[in-house]
Amino acid sequence: MTRKQKRLAVISGGIGFLVAAVLLVMFAFSQSIAYFYVPGDLAKADVAPGTRIRLGGLVESGTVKRGEGSTVTFTVTDTLANVPVTYTGILPDLFREGQGVVAEGAFGTDGLFVADTVLAKHDETYMPKDVADRLKAQGVELSGKETIK
Amino acid sequence: MIIELGHYALVLALATVLVQSVLPLIGTIRNDRSLMAVAPAAALAGFMLVLFSFSVLTFAYIVSDFSVGNVWENSHSLKPMIYKISGVWGNHEGSMLLWLLILVFFSALVATFSANLPERLRANVLAVQGLISVAFALFILLTSNPFLRLSPAPAEGKDLNPVLQDIGLAIHPPLLYLGYVGFSVCFSFAIAALIEGRIDAAWARWVRPWALAAWSFLTAGIAMGSYWAYYELGWGGWWFWDPVENASFIPWLAGTALLHSALVMEKREALKIWTVLLAILTFSMSLLGTFLVRSGVLTSVHAFATDPTRGVFILAILVIFIGGALSLFAFRAATLKAGGLFAPISREGALVLNNLILTTAAATVLTGTLYPLLLEALTGEKISVGPPFFNLTFGLLMLPLLLAVPFGPLLAWKRGDILAAGQRLFAAAAIGLVLSAAVLYAKNGGPVLAYFGLAIGFYLIAGALTELWLRAGIGKVAANVAFRRFVGLPGSAFGTALAHIGVGVTVIGIIGVTAFQTEHVVEMKPGMQVEAGGFTLTFDGMRRGQGPNYTEESGHFMVARGGVAVTEVWSSKRLYTARRMPTTEAGIRTFGFSQLYVSLGDAMADGGIVVRVWWKPMILCIWIGALIMMAGGAVSLCDRRLRVGAPQKARKVKPVLEAAE
Repeated sequence: MTRKQKRLAVISGGIGFLVAAVLLVMFAFSQSIAYFYVPGDLAKADVAPGTRIRLGGLVESGTVKRGEGSTVTFTVTDTLANVPVTYTGILPDLFREGQGVVAEGAFGTDGLFVADTVLAKHDETYMPKDVADRLKAQGVELSGKETIK
Repeated sequence: MIIELGHYALVLALATVLVQSVLPLIGTIRNDRSLMAVAPAAALAGFMLVLFSFSVLTFAYIVSDFSVGNVWENSHSLKPMIYKISGVWGNHEGSMLLWLLILVFFSALVATFSANLPERLRANVLAVQGLISVAFALFILLTSNPFLRLSPAPAEGKDLNPVLQDIGLAIHPPLLYLGYVGFSVCFSFAIAALIEGRIDAAWARWVRPWALAAWSFLTAGIAMGSYWAYYELGWGGWWFWDPVENASFIPWLAGTALLHSALVMEKREALKIWTVLLAILTFSMSLLGTFLVRSGVLTSVHAFATDPTRGVFILAILVIFIGGALSLFAFRAATLKAGGLFAPISREGALVLNNLILTTAAATVLTGTLYPLLLEALTGEKISVGPPFFNLTFGLLMLPLLLAVPFGPLLAWKRGDILAAGQRLFAAAAIGLVLSAAVLYAKNGGPVLAYFGLAIGFYLIAGALTELWLRAGIGKVAANVAFRRFVGLPGSAFGTALAHIGVGVTVIGIIGVTAFQTEHVVEMKPGMQVEAGGFTLTFDGMRRGQGPNYTEESGHFMVARGGVAVTEVWSSKRLYTARRMPTTEAGIRTFGFSQLYVSLGDAMADGGIVVRVWWKPMILCIWIGALIMMAGGAVSLCDRRLRVGAPQKARKVKPVLEAAE
């Protein structure tokens, strides 16, 4: 190979790698992006069963029930609509009734939301930002205790 | 009174770093040597002032002076002393003061160890350091002042967020900042070179030690943060691809690329413009990380307070420094003389491949981290990009790099022989496959990909040793000659080998724990048993306990193997009284490199408790590998080559230069 051909090969190799990386990123995005919804959105949004989403809202008071072993069911609400959620595992330390929560998972065919991850707050004065923003936008009063009246 | 002195020292420090940035710049423009000479003195004075200011804040925490608002919000008189001290940087204001302290510390180091630098370069470097210090000192004084008083003083503090009351947190932020901020020196060198419009191999020789030091600290800081998240959060995960983690990982990737490209520049005077750009980008990523973590854009344990003015201020700093640096680069890069070309199959060719892959990987992680933020800012749509995205893209991109790593040191500069290198690595590859097959035999099953991954890990270690083996000529020359040669190898050879071995060890840890960990979530009552990793855990019951500033409920487990009692594990849930905040204290037992991890969930109405038990094989390798990488950085730093022209020697040279003028 001449010098010129060599340089061309190196440059096209580099560009080929970058193009492959961009395609890879786009593919991975299409596979793994999860949209955020609050219960009120779901009526409009038509989320297919099995599609991974993040569901945010408040844990409705009086709905947390423990089932077999470590399975827990509770209802996530944004005061407009409710979504029943089931989760197997250990809830975060700061998971409490009446407080903000983000559940990640997908709807089953029966309309029950099966969460594989449940996130609560990082400290006691704090609420997941996505949840706080959306609830505020919907006019839900967030008092210091963040409970729904 | 002492608090006001600390506050005053910080204001004085602002004035000092302002002098440090403006006067030397004027000096280089006017070619006024007395103005240029102000820089080192101002840098040292600025460091002293910020150090005093930081010590005052620390003192306020130690004596629990709750008349200081910052202490009241983040401390408690009953807190153990170590957490009173670490509480200084366990909050927004204090951690920004630590940021500034480390920044001026590096300026002072540059001032001390740069006597052999060309005068103008030295003045410019310190001036740029000064400019960054001005921005952050202003930020602290205007938006995040830790010295504001409360009147009347409250009797008791609100305590530090309990998950931050941990030895890991006491060490993690200072290490991480030493890394983040250390790259500011590389940035300043790059800007100074662009201002001068001149750059050569000597520049790379000056920059590399700083890049090495910063990189080593960043490696340790990230590893410490990861270990902290692992044992303190009680989720059993060691890396979550959380934006905050990514914020520290992106500069690490860019910094790793910088280390390698500076090597090419030092040896071959090639990749000059690229190295300068990389130096700018690495620190830019550090600044971006600071912005992401400190502005409240992200929600995490790090986002202590969400005050919009702070976010806007840091964003302004970000735009001015990154934008300014890149514009300067765009204007001046053409004036830098481009370096020579080289053959693709050579040491420098391998290092270019390293740079290509590392920067692409960094860009990928950056995209995944920023895309949700940008999308929300632009369209209001909220999405999350989870670990699957990063595992897929980052994992696939790194694969070719891991395979190529052992080839790099075996290829010669200028013109390498890839077939010969391949032959020499034949043994390493064989060792990797054999060891991996041995694990397969012992485990009797498991995912095929995992064994492939383990083989890569062993191959990396064996490949790094191959390089030392060949250079010492073991087996080719007499044993005593080989030994002498081995001992006489330059520090950088050992540094490279260690760093690459570290990568291999980390890979083994990651693969081991990802592929072979077991997890059981069970509801347990006293007397019940659970199996994990060949151990039998018997739940004994719960016990109440009392700490200095918390109460706890601890579960006691007896651990036995084959019916023989081995050890016991305590796992607890704590309630920190001041904040009414519960935390999980996982019970962890180490067996070799593997760990048994027990964390408690909720108590059930019928007296049982939900228990989560993990067996985490080889998990310690992840962090041990990082420590080995860090050691590699430290060993490289001790290389004689980098110590050429130590300050003492320069002092002798300087008068001669002055006399010559």
